[in-house]
Amino acid sequence: MRMLRNRRFWMMCAGNLGLFALWYGSVKWVPLEPFRRMPDPVRVMTEWFNPAPVFGISIFVKTYYFHILYSSYRALVSFFLAVSLGVPLGIVMGWNKKVREFASALLGLLQPVPPLAWVPLAILILPSEAAVIFVCFLVAFFATTLNTYVGVKSIDPDYFRAAACLGASRRDVLFDVIIPGALPNIFTGLQIAMGAAWFSLAAGEMIAAQYGLGFLIMESYNLVQVPTIVIGMATLGLLGYFSSMFIRHVGAKLMRWREEAIGANG
Amino acid sequence: MRSGSALVNWRKGLNWRGAVAVAGFILLWELLVRFKVPGFETIPTLSDVLSTFWTKYMLSAKYWKAWAVSFERVGYGFVISQVLGIPIGLLLGTRQMFHDVMFSVIEILRPIPPLAWVPISILFWPTNEMSIVFITFIGAFFIIVINVHDGVRSIKKEHLWLARSLGASPWRIFRRIIIPSVIPSIAVGMTLGIAVTWNVVIAAEMIASDTGLGRLTWEGYVSNTPTVVILGMISIGLAGYLSTKLVDYAEKKMMPWRKI
Amino acid sequence: MALSDKAEFAPRDAATSAAIDGALSIRRVSKVYDAEGAGVVAVHDCSVEIAPGEFVAIVGPSGCGKSTLLNILAGFDTLTAGEIYLDGKPLASVTRPPQPGPDRVVVFQHGALFPWKTVLDNIMYGPLRQRTMTKAAAEEKAVDLLRRCGGLDTVASSYPAQLSSGMQRRVEIIRALMNEPKVLLLDEPFRAMDSVSKATMHRHLLEMYRLCRKTIVFITHDLEEAIYLADTVIVMTTRPGTVKKVLKISLPRPRLPQMMSSHEYLEIKRQVAEGVHEEAKKAFERGEREHA
Repeated sequence: MRMLRNRRFWMMCAGNLGLFALWYGSVKWVPLEPFRRMPDPVRVMTEWFNPAPVFGISIFVKTYYFHILYSSYRALVSFFLAVSLGVPLGIVMGWNKKVREFASALLGLLQPVPPLAWVPLAILILPSEAAVIFVCFLVAFFATTLNTYVGVKSIDPDYFRAAACLGASRRDVLFDVIIPGALPNIFTGLQIAMGAAWFSLAAGEMIAAQYGLGFLIMESYNLVQVPTIVIGMATLGLLGYFSSMFIRHVGAKLMRWREEAIGANG
Repeated sequence: MRSGSALVNWRKGLNWRGAVAVAGFILLWELLVRFKVPGFETIPTLSDVLSTFWTKYMLSAKYWKAWAVSFERVGYGFVISQVLGIPIGLLLGTRQMFHDVMFSVIEILRPIPPLAWVPISILFWPTNEMSIVFITFIGAFFIIVINVHDGVRSIKKEHLWLARSLGASPWRIFRRIIIPSVIPSIAVGMTLGIAVTWNVVIAAEMIASDTGLGRLTWEGYVSNTPTVVILGMISIGLAGYLSTKLVDYAEKKMMPWRKI
Repeated sequence: MALSDKAEFAPRDAATSAAIDGALSIRRVSKVYDAEGAGVVAVHDCSVEIAPGEFVAIVGPSGCGKSTLLNILAGFDTLTAGEIYLDGKPLASVTRPPQPGPDRVVVFQHGALFPWKTVLDNIMYGPLRQRTMTKAAAEEKAVDLLRRCGGLDTVASSYPAQLSSGMQRRVEIIRALMNEPKVLLLDEPFRAMDSVSKATMHRHLLEMYRLCRKTIVFITHDLEEAIYLADTVIVMTTRPGTVKKVLKISLPRPRLPQMMSSHEYLEIKRQVAEGVHEEAKKAFERGEREHA
């Protein structure tokens, strides 16, 4: 087993190194104009880890973390807002037919409009900070509500019946059946929502914000600070990846009964 | 099916409660604006938007050209992402070596928001048009790759073993078992992909183009005419809805046995 | 495997077998589904009298309404005609829809142990939610019952998915019994099990029945199982489901596997099979579909 893991690990390294090499090679050696304009990976790396970066952004510079903080704060705020509204709504929609009919018509109406299309309207009405958070919130909200609803709907009706036989009140059913039963889907929704929040955040910041990684990317582009563009992109990618992973871990902890089950079935 | 359930169509036909909700929403909108509720001063009512559309935009060539341009970009980006993404997803799922090497690369590139690619894309591609199509492509590409990969992974091993024990060649197995089993995942990937593609296109247009529905909406903002902004949003919504319907139609053709 | 006759099981031995609890009177019950005006008659004019502590098995072809009847008894579905009385008190009628409750607990076909709760939490669920016992008392009783039903106390802190289906069913039955129900309703509980596990489950179920003597209504499509377990076998007709035959099983208790090859058993089986196969043939010709 250990050997297998080692082999995979080396393959993985090979893949990443290959990407690096391909990137480097194409930038340095392909005699086409577009490739010339690209930053090569070595340049990006040296800039990123440079105590005195040429273009002013590296892991040693305060402004870098400033941008990260701004982006993260927006992502988290919109995410939490979306979750605290979306999960209850999804649950109520799954449970109560009347609410479902009302809400699904409204949501169905708003859903086809791509969330980023809201940006101009949002910045027209709201201050730019709130506008960006609003758009991220919208995206995350839809994802959360939909997945929560599906989660509630997919609970085997026998669990409800069993709870009823055993004398559960409506409140008991909510906490003993609905929430645990829908939790797997809820967490899938949360992961999607998190990814979607970062996605919209990047766009929103690029269009309409001061500070933040999206803004950094645009500014670097305007100032022709090409390596910094890539630094911004990579940072966004890393933040998105780790936040999703974090949610996945929290989910795994809360749903230990699933882990055990999967383990038992080999 | 796991990812399919996420697309449960909850707009199951119009029922009276739903109609009431929509009507109520529109009514509320009208009232909020008419009574100059704070925050809503600058917003036009739906009737304003519709009348503007009727008078200025419906017959405007520029408007419909914007539609065409956006659709074209979506079309190219989406189709290319499927054409490249499906084979790569299949390779990821079937060839272990390919998977070991490429999977982490894809996992690293995937979280980078498509729009973050805009500056690099503009720098790289010779024309603006190509750079926008590239961004659109990125959005849908990773989605289809992941979905196809998941689809291949969830094929029951027994089916493959059975086919092999009955003497089927690898190519036959691929054609007769793997491909049909993956079609539902492809459908899911396409549906998710088209939504993301639209999202990306209009944002890319706002940032980096001067044509298209996204640009139209943005211009409404720049010129401080909310009517145009809302008009743009509704147009985009409709366009997105149409595209989704097209994809649904394609899916029905791909999977005639399904009652989607 | 021996279960001790402790008081917690509220056993009724032969002397007190005329228990007052759990007499079910089903009078002319009908259930019509009006899906799109089709007027599907699931159950028609069904009348059954069940004595307290009686073990009744209901058999019949697919679509004969036996599950519908159980759902009505359990309170998951309403009836469109007739009445049901439990111990002389009205349980359900057209004007008074039945409610599910701990006096008639169900054990489900595919198992409905809460996967996110441990075995122990599952079993204690009923008494704790109804606040009829303190946590400590409930835990004590639960562990005790688990131990007596084949040493299941060792899995008390496992999750249901880690148990075999036989163990899961036993836990579910214990969960039901913890509530001291008047009637135990079992909806084809052993249907998905292989014959060896089934035989083990029969043994456990008969033993539990011997000790607690609850009224049991047991739905099954397995004729041998029905005859082996029950005091009375009711054969239902195909749709519209009504009572075709009521057979009293004269086999002595405790039931032993050897009885399955006795002359008496085979004769009873012949009678039951005749009735069921007649109805099954009708159902097949009519294209009745199984309710999975």
